[in-house]
Amino acid sequence: MSGVSFEGVTKRFDTVTAVDALTLDIVDGEFMVLLGPSGCGKSTALRMIAGLETISDGVLRIGDRVVNNVEAKDRDIAMVFQSYALYPHMTVAQNVEFPLKARKYSVDGGPPRKLTADERAERVDDAVKTLGLAELTKRKPGALSGGQRQRVALARAMVRRPEVFLMDEPLSNLDAKLRAQTRLDIVELHREVATTFVYVTHDQVEAMTMADRMAVIADGRLQQVGEPQTVYERPANLFVARFIGSPPMNTIEGEVAEAGVVAAGASRIPFTGDVAKGRKVVVGLRPEHLHLGEGDIEATVKAVEWLGHERHVIVDIAGSKAIVRQETDEGAAPRIGETVHLGHHVENVHVFDAGSTERLN
Amino acid sequence: MAADTITLNDPTPVLGASGAATGTLPGKHARTAKNVGWYVLLSLLSLVVLFPVWMTLVRALSTPVAYVNEGLPLYPVSVEWDIFSRAFSEGELGRRMWLSAIVTFIIAAAQLITSILCAYAFAFLRFPFKRLVFVVFMATLMLPIEVTLIPNVTTIRNLGWLNSYEGLTVPFLATAFGIFLIRQGFMGIPKDLLDAAKLDGYGHFAFMTRVAVPVTRPVVASFGVIALLAAWNQYLWPRAVVTVSEWETVQIGLKSVAASNVEESNIGFAAAIIAALPVLLLLIFLQRQLIRGLTAGAVKG
Ligand SMILES: Nc1ncnc2c1ncn2[C@@H]1O[C@H](COP(=O)(O)OP(=O)(O)OP(=O)(O)O)[C@@H](O)[C@H]1O
Ligand SMILES: [Mg+2]
Repeated sequence: MSGVSFEGVTKRFDTVTAVDALTLDIVDGEFMVLLGPSGCGKSTALRMIAGLETISDGVLRIGDRVVNNVEAKDRDIAMVFQSYALYPHMTVAQNVEFPLKARKYSVDGGPPRKLTADERAERVDDAVKTLGLAELTKRKPGALSGGQRQRVALARAMVRRPEVFLMDEPLSNLDAKLRAQTRLDIVELHREVATTFVYVTHDQVEAMTMADRMAVIADGRLQQVGEPQTVYERPANLFVARFIGSPPMNTIEGEVAEAGVVAAGASRIPFTGDVAKGRKVVVGLRPEHLHLGEGDIEATVKAVEWLGHERHVIVDIAGSKAIVRQETDEGAAPRIGETVHLGHHVENVHVFDAGSTERLN
Repeated sequence: MAADTITLNDPTPVLGASGAATGTLPGKHARTAKNVGWYVLLSLLSLVVLFPVWMTLVRALSTPVAYVNEGLPLYPVSVEWDIFSRAFSEGELGRRMWLSAIVTFIIAAAQLITSILCAYAFAFLRFPFKRLVFVVFMATLMLPIEVTLIPNVTTIRNLGWLNSYEGLTVPFLATAFGIFLIRQGFMGIPKDLLDAAKLDGYGHFAFMTRVAVPVTRPVVASFGVIALLAAWNQYLWPRAVVTVSEWETVQIGLKSVAASNVEESNIGFAAAIIAALPVLLLLIFLQRQLIRGLTAGAVKG
């Protein structure tokens, strides 16, 4: 068990900077999710922890050890790949046993040594049972379903009892139902083994549901680190605000007209916080924080989407498109073209600088 | 051998495309007609391939004079069954086949090892000028042995390797063909497998022997068979570097047998059949492996 710390870590491929001066402390035993859009460098960051990519700049530590120049095979790290990367010519049991044959392990706190065949079998048995693969040990990966392969990959990572678990979009090849189930299984596994997990995904639902803390990355740069709730409730900049939440946060351009009020077209949007008058800002309001009826925001209805349990009312506020969530039992849907008023609580208003896109309140 | 390949290249896909979808009676007729067509074609091709083999057998079994007097028929005339044992002893085929077997084994084993190592480097390692080096390797495939024969023989003579195992084997310890074939197989292995193996604690050599080679076994095995066949059947090279009868391989021996038995040409034919037997047995046992490797090309993880 150890934490992982990035200190200004940069990874450059010929012309691309995949990871740009990343500084991030992953605490021992925590479930850290790296979240970001495709191509933002999260896999690269993960692969640097694994030792599968060299580090162009900065210092990477696992525990107290600087590992910049330590080879993958000499780091005590297990990884679950998106493709699962099972050895196709080996049975499930052989796949799970494979890492146990190469490395030395310390048994009962003793010095590291090669495991005996019995010890290996015991560990394989353990892992295979935990993941419900006991019936399948003699099959080869080609004869398994996607979900089963995924669990074999988890088992192969688990037998190692490594310092750090890495997972690169391990659920993306599963169907929606299995994904929800496996999400729970992985969280469960984390609780059981109480080891540092670093989990890469572009799916915010995975991040929100699984993470102790999450790191939002865009263009190789860290945008915000924090508990999912904090990141959701107080996004540090416009990127995070728009990236987290579904449907995404509405953003409306405007100007601070007086202390605590932003003017946007005909609407006046009160907010909490201290922002200088006259400043160009972008106001963020989540769809669930807007209510049809009384309020200071004036909007024109553009379309209504019915989703069964709720409606998405798509409106235009001072030239910006916005979505309002309406529970189906909150009354009738507004007509298209109708001008409506929207209410909100002041503490739910996020204010960002129009230039730097940083949070202001 | 060519006929076998075609037979195994089962015509069903073609048929499935035409008939199976409809399943109606006219479709069934068309299918039968097509089937018959295929088998006629395949039979003709097998005839073409097997004819020289049959004629060799006919000439081996027939007494030469009787055969000529009969007017060179397509069947054996006044059969002499003991011709094979005579060919075996007079041609000293036991000794020569043993020498050939040793040379063949050395060449094939060495080619397997060097091809796997080299293919691994091209497929999985990064080093400067990799593409260029690979192209140069492949370029050697363009040169037929006739082109390099004379300079190579000179080299071997200067090294004092005429009439020796070195002379017979060293120029063939590595081959661009094997490198190419096995590299193709390795390229089909997902890179994630190498990454996974590294994290599991294995280095390149262990990954090669425990994952890459087993996963591409059909390709590696088929190359092994090809190497064995090619080495056994070598003629031009051993002819150039062997000057004394003790170092003659079996294929060279055939020539000597034929030359010293002009009257009894059937001995030469019989010896040729004996020399081909090991190859034939090898093919019969390993043809599945051979064809699988050549057609599979790459093995997907
Ligand atoms: N081996 C490489 N050579 C050159 N560029 C690379 C290499 N690997 C990644 N990159 C580039 O680095 C950037 C980050 O890639 P990375 O794979 O880390 O993204 P990602 O966040 O994991 O995306 P995804 O969600 O699509 O997997 C991309 O622009 C990618 O093209
Ligand atoms: Mg990725």
